[in-house]
Amino acid sequence: MDKGKAVMGSGRRWAVDFTDNSTAPSSREFPDPPGFSRASQDQDESTVTKQKKDAEANWKAQKAWEVAQAPFKNLLMMGFMMWMAGSTVHLFSIGITFSALWQPISALQGVGKVFEPYKDGKIDLLGPKLLFIALNLGGLALGVWKLNTLGLLPTHASDWVSSLPPAQEVEYSGGGIPLH
Amino acid sequence: MAIRVFLISLLFLSTTITTFSLYEDQVGLMDWHQQYIGKVKDAVFHTQKTGRKRVVVSTEENVIASLDLRHGEIFWRHVLGSNDAIDRIDIALGKYVITLSSEGSILRAWNLPDGQMVWESFLKGPNHSKSLLLVPTSLKVDKDNVIIVFGKGGLHAVSSIHGEILWQKDFAAESFEVQHVIQPLGSDIIYVVGFVGSSQFNVYQMNAKNGELLKHESAALSGGFSGEVSLVSSNTLVMLDSTGSTLITVNFHNGEINFQKTDISDLIKESLGMATILPSKLAGMFALKTTTFMIFIRVTDEGKLEVVDKINHVTAVSDALSFSEGQQAFALVEHYNNDIYLTVKLGQEWNSDLLKESIKLDDQRGLVHKVFINNYIRTDRSHGFRALIVMEDHSLLLLQQGEIVWCREDGLASVIDATTSELPVEKEGVSVAKVEENLFEWLKGHILKIKGTLMLASPEEVVNIQAMRLKSSEKSKMTRDHNGFRKLLIVLTKSGKVFALHTGDGRIVWSLLLNSLRKSETCENPTGLNLYQWRVPHHHAMDENPSVLVVGRCRSNSDAPGVLSFVDTYTGKELGSSSLVHSVVQVILLPFTDSNEQRLHLLIDAKQRAHLYPKNPEAVGIFQREFSNIYWYSVEADDGIIKGHVLKDNCIGEVSDEYCFETKEIWSIVFPLESEKIITTVTRKLNEVVHTQAKVIADQDVMYKYISKNLLFVVTVAPKATGGIGSATPEESWLVAYLIDSVTGRILHRMTHHGSHGPVHAVFSENWVVYHYFNLRAHRYEMSVIEIFDQSRADNKDVWKLVLGKHNLTSPISSYSRLEVITKSQSYFFTHSVKAIAVTSTAKGITSKQLLIGTVGDQVLALDKRFLDPRRSINPTQAEKEEGMIPLTDSLPIIPQSYVTHSLKVEGLRGIVTVPAKLESTALVFVYGVDLFFTRLAPSRTYDSLTEDFSYALLLMTIVALVVAIFVTWILSEKKELRDKWR
Repeated sequence: MDKGKAVMGSGRRWAVDFTDNSTAPSSREFPDPPGFSRASQDQDESTVTKQKKDAEANWKAQKAWEVAQAPFKNLLMMGFMMWMAGSTVHLFSIGITFSALWQPISALQGVGKVFEPYKDGKIDLLGPKLLFIALNLGGLALGVWKLNTLGLLPTHASDWVSSLPPAQEVEYSGGGIPLH
Repeated sequence: MAIRVFLISLLFLSTTITTFSLYEDQVGLMDWHQQYIGKVKDAVFHTQKTGRKRVVVSTEENVIASLDLRHGEIFWRHVLGSNDAIDRIDIALGKYVITLSSEGSILRAWNLPDGQMVWESFLKGPNHSKSLLLVPTSLKVDKDNVIIVFGKGGLHAVSSIHGEILWQKDFAAESFEVQHVIQPLGSDIIYVVGFVGSSQFNVYQMNAKNGELLKHESAALSGGFSGEVSLVSSNTLVMLDSTGSTLITVNFHNGEINFQKTDISDLIKESLGMATILPSKLAGMFALKTTTFMIFIRVTDEGKLEVVDKINHVTAVSDALSFSEGQQAFALVEHYNNDIYLTVKLGQEWNSDLLKESIKLDDQRGLVHKVFINNYIRTDRSHGFRALIVMEDHSLLLLQQGEIVWCREDGLASVIDATTSELPVEKEGVSVAKVEENLFEWLKGHILKIKGTLMLASPEEVVNIQAMRLKSSEKSKMTRDHNGFRKLLIVLTKSGKVFALHTGDGRIVWSLLLNSLRKSETCENPTGLNLYQWRVPHHHAMDENPSVLVVGRCRSNSDAPGVLSFVDTYTGKELGSSSLVHSVVQVILLPFTDSNEQRLHLLIDAKQRAHLYPKNPEAVGIFQREFSNIYWYSVEADDGIIKGHVLKDNCIGEVSDEYCFETKEIWSIVFPLESEKIITTVTRKLNEVVHTQAKVIADQDVMYKYISKNLLFVVTVAPKATGGIGSATPEESWLVAYLIDSVTGRILHRMTHHGSHGPVHAVFSENWVVYHYFNLRAHRYEMSVIEIFDQSRADNKDVWKLVLGKHNLTSPISSYSRLEVITKSQSYFFTHSVKAIAVTSTAKGITSKQLLIGTVGDQVLALDKRFLDPRRSINPTQAEKEEGMIPLTDSLPIIPQSYVTHSLKVEGLRGIVTVPAKLESTALVFVYGVDLFFTRLAPSRTYDSLTEDFSYALLLMTIVALVVAIFVTWILSEKKELRDKWR
């Protein structure tokens, strides 16, 4: 991120001053140092900035895609961990499952923040964002699936009726063998 | 989800088969055990020579026991079987206790000091007769003391050393009914006197050495005789003739039989009413008892009768006791208000009282029923007397020097029914508890406990800790506790006395001899039948005290008028009683209460009319609202018919009032008498709480239990197979189990066990029934389980419908609706024969259940219901294993640690009562028989509370120590940081 900022340069106040000075050579009182040709620099100014900006945008887009793909690795690792944890309910498997659920959720909450550095008018962040969200949703799905395999999701009828009290009876009957 | 996690973790915990054993030091912490003997029938004191101060007693509960005369404790005790009633006891050779039992057919000798059985002999004879036991002191046959026994229609002489029968003589042929066997002191002759029919008097004279018949005489008695025949001296008998107005004196000296008749009116001027001769053996005298007074009549040597005295209020007379050279004394007890007067009189001189004492008794003991006396020599060499008295409430008291030395509440040996009652809520002025121990004591106790936990305590301190735990005031307080462990056990005993026992330590909180269950002119032979919870204050009527209803009847036949009695369980006072005009054959508890929280009861009389109690208009209002939905059924076991009835309208006729209703029969099930006989019926307990109607099985599948309070489980057996094991071959014995809906009479399930045999013990809970019987083919006992499921609800499996609540699972069900049930059943072998089966019940019904099996060894075994699960299979699938299912085995395991009674025995076990505590995990168990036993059970361990011996003080101290440690380390680290900064 620091690198990106340095390239941009626009965020630094003192740099603005320098540029102002350099673009107005007439206001200088002292001559240029020998061997320095200002003309060539001025001449290439526009093309260089353009090139630079293009490179930057490319680089940003590339980075954004990279960031968007990052959860995939996570996903694989999570999958491995889950496989390791097995399908019985104990402390380890519950911990893994809940972290598998929590990570995508927290990542999804911070989607905007993750892609903020790459925000640029020119590049399209929708693709990476969608990929990022999709991967995280995949992670979430994996977590939910794990939860289900652990039997912790109320997806069966038994989960809804297991504490249903017995129905009332209309009739009432008593009696038996005569008391003796 | 939380519930699910909890349930699954619970399931996980419960898959490991838990044992419920105790540690040695936990015995007595939450259980108590009390030993009783029952109402004393006969008592024999040790002779002075043997020196030890004990008395041997036989009781109506078939117990023979040796009691300490100083404290009334039991030295040793034997409980004979329920069909082995003790007829007579005596002491032979000064070292053996001889008992004659089972109508004179079993003679046993027990070692006097320790109660070991020395020998046992069986006396055989063709017919029943009065059984008599005679232990002569001086009669010897070949240096062997002889015991003379009359039993089973024959006279037997038995060696007292090894119990061999020396000779025997049958009297069976002549339909002879024996009255007395007499052996005059110092002679070798035995007289056997008795009657043939009611008028021919016979005397047999026998040689005691060899049983040779020396002489036989008989004489006809014109008037006949009735009642007791009193032996006045070794050759004189006195009896009443059949009209009860003439006394007949019989003298059979030297082979001549002389009759002498004396009109009672000649002796006594007043009219007597019905007079009876008391069975007490008094020297030269006999006692005639009428309804109001007692007459003592002396028989002179010439056979003349003369009235010695007439005493009012006498209730009991002892046998004569010869205490020094030729002197004989006997005791008589008179009642006067609350005092009793004990008089010991010398047999020869009426007017000299050897002893006259008055003793104050508490008024809950009733009349004196029996008195036994014994003499001792005081330090000044004069004779003192002590008396053992048996009261109306079956308690046993020892009186000496005008005081009650000890008292045993032996009425508790014959508990008929038991229920529980809550204790008062703890608030100012209500608690009856003792003053709580102060803080210092509390702290001291806890420090001791900690020492014990840290293994720092010395042996004496360990003993102290144990004693402290056993009698902690916490468990015996008289107020309600959080966990619902402290309750009152209300028990009704055979004597008509109601006791309230504290569940904490088993002490008697109050006792009440019910006046309505005492003999009176209107109610000559009352018996208590059952106890019901009349009022259990819940929401409203919190200020009312809870009360119980005692139902009894005046005679033992079913059309005798009933008696009701209401007892306040806090105060132990009778709130009211009523003798009913109608009989009581059935008591039906209705699930409604009136605004006073009095439960509505329906009493069915012998004419099949229903009477509603309590008798108030409000109750009728409530009853009328539910009128058409109330049914009742009767089981006529002798006729093999089960009938269903419905209520019709108010009674017409002599007993008509608005609380009486006629009933009409709506269905009947008739079992063919030649092939089936009803032996057992069981229903669910009314107060049982079921948590859920669904049973989750493997793979999250669900089955719906068929839970109905109206189910009746009936077992019939082949009529041939009712006679006990061995009475029928496997081919001709079978056992049929029925599940019947008692509203509609529909048979839901029927199952036949071929080659099986009663007796059947069964228990019904939720949707399952477990029963125990004998399998003749396998020669083993078996237990079977039937679970019943509702198939008509089985299609409620759509999750979305369930989520949205669109299902019919909670709508009320009717017995008349379409019915589709499936049953699953399985059988297992079981080692023990069984006396009673019960099941644990908990407050919400969530905790898994245990069967409580009263074994033939008088112990209680807890068996997990999971062992009796019809879905058990030999190779359960993974999912079933996870569910906690146990692989199928052919027999049920008996884990020695799961005996609830641990090392104790509840002699003569008759019933097991389980009551839920407030704590869901725990059930209270009360076992009664001759002994009483109480404990707490946690079928799935106490998952909802810390254990009893959890040291709160240790926890507190650990926390304090940790806080201190945190502060100290914090200060230290601050200092170190400061030093570092200065460096």
